[in-house]
Amino acid sequence: MSALRGKTAIVGVGNTKRWNAPGRTPFDQAQEAAVLALEDCGLSLKDVDGLFCSISSSGLPILNMAEKLGIRPRHADGTMVGGASFLFHLQSAASALVHGLCDVALVVYGSNQLSAGGKLVSMPDPQPYEAPYRPRYPISSYALAAARHMHDYGTTREHLAEVALAARAWANLNPHAYARGPLTRDEVLASRMVSDPLTKADCCLVTDGGAALILTRTERAKDLRAKPVYLLGTGACVSHRQIAAMPDLSTTAAVESGRLAYAAAGIAARDVDHVMLYDAFTITTLMFLEDLGFCAKGEGGAFVASGAIAPGGSLPVNTNGGGLSCNHPGMYGLFTVIEAAEQLRGAAGARQVEGCEVALAHANGGVLSSQATAILGTSATL
Amino acid sequence: MSTDPRFDGPGPDDVFAAALHEGRITLQQCRACATTRHPPALVCAACGSADLGWIEPSGRGTVYSTTTVRERDGAYNVAIIELAEGARLMSRVDGIAPEAVAIGLAVSARIVAEPQPHLVFHPAGDGA
Repeated sequence: MSALRGKTAIVGVGNTKRWNAPGRTPFDQAQEAAVLALEDCGLSLKDVDGLFCSISSSGLPILNMAEKLGIRPRHADGTMVGGASFLFHLQSAASALVHGLCDVALVVYGSNQLSAGGKLVSMPDPQPYEAPYRPRYPISSYALAAARHMHDYGTTREHLAEVALAARAWANLNPHAYARGPLTRDEVLASRMVSDPLTKADCCLVTDGGAALILTRTERAKDLRAKPVYLLGTGACVSHRQIAAMPDLSTTAAVESGRLAYAAAGIAARDVDHVMLYDAFTITTLMFLEDLGFCAKGEGGAFVASGAIAPGGSLPVNTNGGGLSCNHPGMYGLFTVIEAAEQLRGAAGARQVEGCEVALAHANGGVLSSQATAILGTSATL
Repeated sequence: MSTDPRFDGPGPDDVFAAALHEGRITLQQCRACATTRHPPALVCAACGSADLGWIEPSGRGTVYSTTTVRERDGAYNVAIIELAEGARLMSRVDGIAPEAVAIGLAVSARIVAEPQPHLVFHPAGDGA
């Protein structure tokens, strides 16, 4: 077990739930989320001395955020590894808090991806060895991984459809999900092919959004307004930038990040009550179920086809509706932690997982490039 | 000021591009462990050695994975090719319908100028 286990807690959560908000910049979304998270726990901006932030459209998000919030943080981390950035930040924040580099950490994100034009805002990072072949970024990279997974393990488009259907079924229990309403298997399978074998229905939403977390050391967390969500363990791993450099296209570095997180928390996959997996595409949910040990390698397809991850199944996964049906502002990672925190607080309404004591949030960045896993728990798990 | 002579001369991306302009395909190979790599870099990803040399690969390989990109003006192939020497690279397979490109298909490399020279692949034995 890690020396950091249970030493820090998420004490405040902010979620703007503004999935389509024209006239707001990414920093507007991020500032609002920061205010909401601070109000959630009763702390104020002057208490924040650690800032963790990543924003797709800004090369210097820490500087912009500090200026806008009027804070002078003594510790900051703007690690940018795509959508998993915020779980890397979480790991870094836990360490910084325990070692006294800061006392109140703000992890924050904002995006106007939908209202600014509906295209993925990608960081300037040219790939001259890919560009001549015109892959659609990022879907073609995920399609290449999906095609290889199908080849290696017999995964089918019907299996992938189950992931999209489960996400929608959960979204229909979440009044804040962006994509709600009936969705049938036939509709998913008849969706327009974009980059074989992935269709539009296999792709996450494109939305706006803002999210923030406040973390403190555990002894302070107990005195604050909201029910603390304790950080039991984290793990991270970076494996490549370009999809052709991924060592094995059907196995991700979530194997490593998960192993580290489970070891730090002193638990195994079977101990997890609630799971949030970064679903940029249906194939990612399926691969992370395998790579994080919720089913055997290669059996993700059969596992989701059994109904396991849908409401009423044996393993509640992506209960907010996920990136596929709740929201996806471009870098979705922080929202996996926010839903895990809501579930551990018992505040998830119609989608609440009964007896939820341990949650796992997993985020992905780039093209299956960066992986980070966080295991969170209630006070009963300390 | 003296620099480390092991790293003198043009960088590996320049070496690769210059060879392509001359119509030659080159590939880095580690002198310590013989692992090949692409795109070029300064160290071996397998063993960490900074002693990389250049070989001229056979140009033969197999399709490791493949996708058909569907655009309004048509569909085209994007593939990852595993070279016979081991390294993988993103490319495309020409001379065959994009949907017909399958994992495991044997292919061979050509240099095309579009307008900069780069590598594409054709099904092996396709003399076209």
